[in-house]
Amino acid sequence: MNIETVFNLKSTYRDDFQINGYKFGKGEKTCCIVGAMRGNEVQQLYVCSQIVKALSAIEKKGDIARGKEIMVIPSLNPFSMNVQRRFWTVDNTDLNRMFPGSFEGKTTQRIAAGIFDIIKEYQYGIQFTSFYIQGDFIPHVRMMQTEHKNISLANLFGLPYILLRKPRPFDTATLNFNWQNANTSAFSVYTNETERIDEVSAQTLVSAVMRFLSRMGVIKYQCHGGYMATTLEEDQLMSVHTNSGGIYRRIKQPGDAVEQGEPMAEIIHPFDGSVQEEIISPANGIVFFAHKSPLVLQNSVVYKIIKRLHV
Amino acid sequence: MLQDIVSVQLPVNEQMRLRKNHFEPYAKTGNEKRICIVTGVHGDELEGQYVCYELVRQISESIHKLNGIVDIYPSVNPLGMDSIQREMPIFDLDMNMIFPGCETGAVAEHIAAAIINDIAGADICIDIHASNIFLKEIPQVRISEDTAPKLLPYAKMLNVDFVWVHSSVSVMEATLSYSLNKIGTPTLVAEMGVGMRITKSYCEQLLDGIFNLMTHMGIWNDEPKNVSHPIVSTDGDVSLIYSESTGIYMPAIRHWAGISKGDRLGDILNPLTGTVEQEIIAPCNGIVFTLREYPVVYQGSLIARILGGC
Repeated sequence: MNIETVFNLKSTYRDDFQINGYKFGKGEKTCCIVGAMRGNEVQQLYVCSQIVKALSAIEKKGDIARGKEIMVIPSLNPFSMNVQRRFWTVDNTDLNRMFPGSFEGKTTQRIAAGIFDIIKEYQYGIQFTSFYIQGDFIPHVRMMQTEHKNISLANLFGLPYILLRKPRPFDTATLNFNWQNANTSAFSVYTNETERIDEVSAQTLVSAVMRFLSRMGVIKYQCHGGYMATTLEEDQLMSVHTNSGGIYRRIKQPGDAVEQGEPMAEIIHPFDGSVQEEIISPANGIVFFAHKSPLVLQNSVVYKIIKRLHV
Repeated sequence: MLQDIVSVQLPVNEQMRLRKNHFEPYAKTGNEKRICIVTGVHGDELEGQYVCYELVRQISESIHKLNGIVDIYPSVNPLGMDSIQREMPIFDLDMNMIFPGCETGAVAEHIAAAIINDIAGADICIDIHASNIFLKEIPQVRISEDTAPKLLPYAKMLNVDFVWVHSSVSVMEATLSYSLNKIGTPTLVAEMGVGMRITKSYCEQLLDGIFNLMTHMGIWNDEPKNVSHPIVSTDGDVSLIYSESTGIYMPAIRHWAGISKGDRLGDILNPLTGTVEQEIIAPCNGIVFTLREYPVVYQGSLIARILGGC
């Protein structure tokens, strides 16, 4: 394992801003794995740390294929992590809205350009990321629905679902979109935690990455076969909204099966404790996403359901 | 007449309302033109607050001069404005990156869609911004190359000092202005002053421009104002000066002042070592229309924009 500085930026009041990459194997730039880009993505940082640990052991055994190189970047934004802010500490810009970046541009564009210049060379790109709404997902692989998408490769992670997202205007500045444009097969992997560590889902993702690398012939690794993934388009997910704001009491969890008409959550009046709204499942299906924050606004999307095709 | 555009119940005993003040003439013909004045997409940009106040006050005082419809939206990000936050609180989202939104989407996207639906169909819309806390801007209008043929005549009526015609490549597609222009509602972005402050003279300058525009469009029955003729420029005429080191920027020039190639624009200082980290030198002749206001800089922090090009 070699530790390399991928990007360095001087600071007046703090240590230099430094992004480190952990390299395994030598040769063709095969796979780049990227963790926390936002300062609150602790689970994503943890998953990468566990991947570094696993790859170190694999490398010691000589089980990384000859001529293949893997790089893991656990955190692209240590400055924000250390002051517990989600976005860039100075101007609150989102690094994942700055790609492909610019060497002549503003600070976060320069950081994005510095990173992208190196990681765009890899054949496969895996990013652990989080959603802007607080909530839990079934672990899944997410891809932009561009001409470069490769669903059969996404299947090799052995996670239960692959979600295809039609790029919206603000997606065009994300790492995933630009990676695909640069001909890297890019996968965003979502877990069911962000700010806290969930060991079970973290290990699920470590295994998924090892499975992918093993199936692509990058490492030798014995593991279970995982799932035959179901591919979904984001538009097919059914959103369940609240009609009121208040305290949110979750009943159904990600992965739970729900029947049409079944209660999924309750909205409690914040002062008198009465149930002011019962969130009812609009269809038979499986919970794909569930809102997490204990407080909820009116018209929030609290669940996304995979509608069951056969009743 | 105060109207709610969209309302969302917050968790604890509060309703978030996006409101507008709607003015229309006493005797409507049904053929009135409509202007929308929007501000507060970013909660830390306050220059538009005084513009809205004065617009409402002056229209209310002389309502007999009104021949068209005026919709004034003083704060489309009310929680951001109240909590001194540029983004939309709760989601930490830059609202100007989620348009056109989606009616059936999550809260922020739903709100964005409601704003678009309410403004759609207007004859002109002005989205007033105030830079951020880092930069100070002279009163200017920004439009894209694609929309310039249609929007430039309106921009010239707004009494600004400068009209910046952006290359289409650099246009952000998820902004309010882009989304409205895309659906055929002509929208200009006015930019002036600095974040978290109100510059009264700039506000009054733009106010004259808005009344002038309304007069020319037949919305306001008055004599046209004597407005300034702005410099119209494209990206090629604008030089961006970034800091190449980290420290404290101390300017050596004034805002909206002429400079010559080789002039010192300022220094980047290191307060710990007492050294000058960088002397920033003008790469061209021109006028400084954007100047750094917030002193702490990193490599890549914008120091100035110079109109003149290299």
